[in-house]
Amino acid sequence: MKNWMKKENLLWLGLIVLSYAVLNILISAGIINNVYKTVLMTIGINIILAISLNLIIGITGQFSLGHAGFMIIGAYSCGVMLKSFVSGVPGVFLGIIAGMVISAFVALVVAIPTLRLRGDYLAIATLGFGEIIRIVILNMKITNGAAGLILPKAVSWHMIFWAVVICTIVVVNFGRSAHGRACISVREDEIAAEAMGINTTQYKILAFVLGAMIASVAGALYAGAFYVIKPDMFTYSKSIDILVLVVFGGMGSITGSFISSTLVSLLNTVLQQFSSVRMIVYGLALVVIMVFRPSGLLGRKELTFSGLLKVLKKGKGAAQ
Amino acid sequence: MTQFLQQMINGLSLGSIYALVALGYTMVYGIIKLINFAHGDIYMLGAYIGFIVTTKLGLGFFPALVISMAGCALIGVTIERIAYKPLRNATRITALITAIGVSYFLEAGTQRVMGAGVQTFPNVLANETIMFGDVRISTQQIVIFSVTIVLMVALTFLVNKTKVGRAMRAVSVDPDAARLMGVNVDATISFTFAIGSALAGAAGVLVGLYYNSINPLMGMLPGIKAFIAAVFGGIGIIPGAMLGGFFIGVVETLVAGYWSSLWKDAVVYLILIVILIVKPAGLLGKNVKEKV
Repeated sequence: MKNWMKKENLLWLGLIVLSYAVLNILISAGIINNVYKTVLMTIGINIILAISLNLIIGITGQFSLGHAGFMIIGAYSCGVMLKSFVSGVPGVFLGIIAGMVISAFVALVVAIPTLRLRGDYLAIATLGFGEIIRIVILNMKITNGAAGLILPKAVSWHMIFWAVVICTIVVVNFGRSAHGRACISVREDEIAAEAMGINTTQYKILAFVLGAMIASVAGALYAGAFYVIKPDMFTYSKSIDILVLVVFGGMGSITGSFISSTLVSLLNTVLQQFSSVRMIVYGLALVVIMVFRPSGLLGRKELTFSGLLKVLKKGKGAAQ
Repeated sequence: MTQFLQQMINGLSLGSIYALVALGYTMVYGIIKLINFAHGDIYMLGAYIGFIVTTKLGLGFFPALVISMAGCALIGVTIERIAYKPLRNATRITALITAIGVSYFLEAGTQRVMGAGVQTFPNVLANETIMFGDVRISTQQIVIFSVTIVLMVALTFLVNKTKVGRAMRAVSVDPDAARLMGVNVDATISFTFAIGSALAGAAGVLVGLYYNSINPLMGMLPGIKAFIAAVFGGIGIIPGAMLGGFFIGVVETLVAGYWSSLWKDAVVYLILIVILIVKPAGLLGKNVKEKV
């Protein structure tokens, strides 16, 4: 608590307030029109998804291909809440909470057996679970089956902005906490971590459940912001889309996830009319990144103010 | 009872196709420990090659089968050389993501070239129904089943009795030791991709014949199910993939027949998860203790 008012934290706070103010001004001035506002909201939701998966893949080193399964839980919790119980902003909040509770429970059920598996086996098992969640929702009455739900708009970009801020703070602080360091040690070498007395299973489950809860927040916001949710929007291709964001930005880098989510969302908007070209570009980009730069844009590095200050100081030192 | 037998026959026909695709998965996994996510899309390309050969060139079923197998073998080797070979020493996750990328590329590329819609696969074989009591078997099902069996016998012979097969087994046990013994490891891996892809191509033509419709995304779900079949039988084990393929096909047909076709995919995924938890090495696999 003592160091809370460090220079770096204040700079980050300043950046948050500044970007919120700039966005507000741009929107009220009409420079960001409704089309761009949709893009902005997509970027926000993608950032939340990317950092939640980054927590599982990048920080804890557990490869999950079932992330869309938790997003769909959040989306339908919020959707059913808005449709059948409480409408408007309170409904979104209740939906987010319900989604987090349900997805935490489901994630626990998924995690306890599957996280014993390693690497690619884990990937396939989580893929299977993600699809099972989707098929269960597809067959339920309250979710209106394959037709999906059509919802009133209940989420503004303000909510998404603050959700991004809160989720990022949670993930970053988790990564720097004692628990987070334990998770990093699991990523680096599971056997060595175990030998140092770390309960690896427990930390893997912890990260998995936390990641699932954050993904469900993104799903809930999506449901409130984009009018329509259908089960076939959340197939394992969606999980792969989220994975692309994490890999592209760098597994383990939160700022990398921010950059990649922004770039990919913008690219998607530009290529919207050419959906098959978009997928070709996606596929090629994945292969090229993996062959030439498997660590992604930033690797495990973060863009930080302390890094920036260091660079500036070095520049000054060189000038003198 | 009649219904059960009927479902079994339908299940075995579907299972033949899964088994052929699963063989490719299991061979590639056995030799370079890569889940070749793009394998399902090679099966899709096999169906498209068969489609082009039969409609544009007007050839019959067997030439289409052979050309499609050869084409897929070529595509498989090309993919291996371009995308997977530079990653021979990378982590398995890196290779898996690359395979996903290749899969996206093949799907979207086919959508671009052939159109995203469904194409009708021509009826190149006369389709007659033979009745055994009340159980009906179509000639197509007989063709599918016999082609599968012939290919499996040929593969078993190739792997167990020939020099190339011995090289494949050697590389899958220990690539470095195999290299020291004078095995050309790169050529052997390429050959494995060629064989696996050819089998997937054959499965593609057979499925086109069976369902009469093909589309660029048809490989996604069967690809995953075939992988599940390979895991079920014990990944890396060739008879295991055959067994797993038939099993998954039969289970899927039975669930769709007796319960609901909406749940059949969920049941298959559940089988995967149960087998991974109970016996991760698969039905025919042996548990290997991890060494530190």
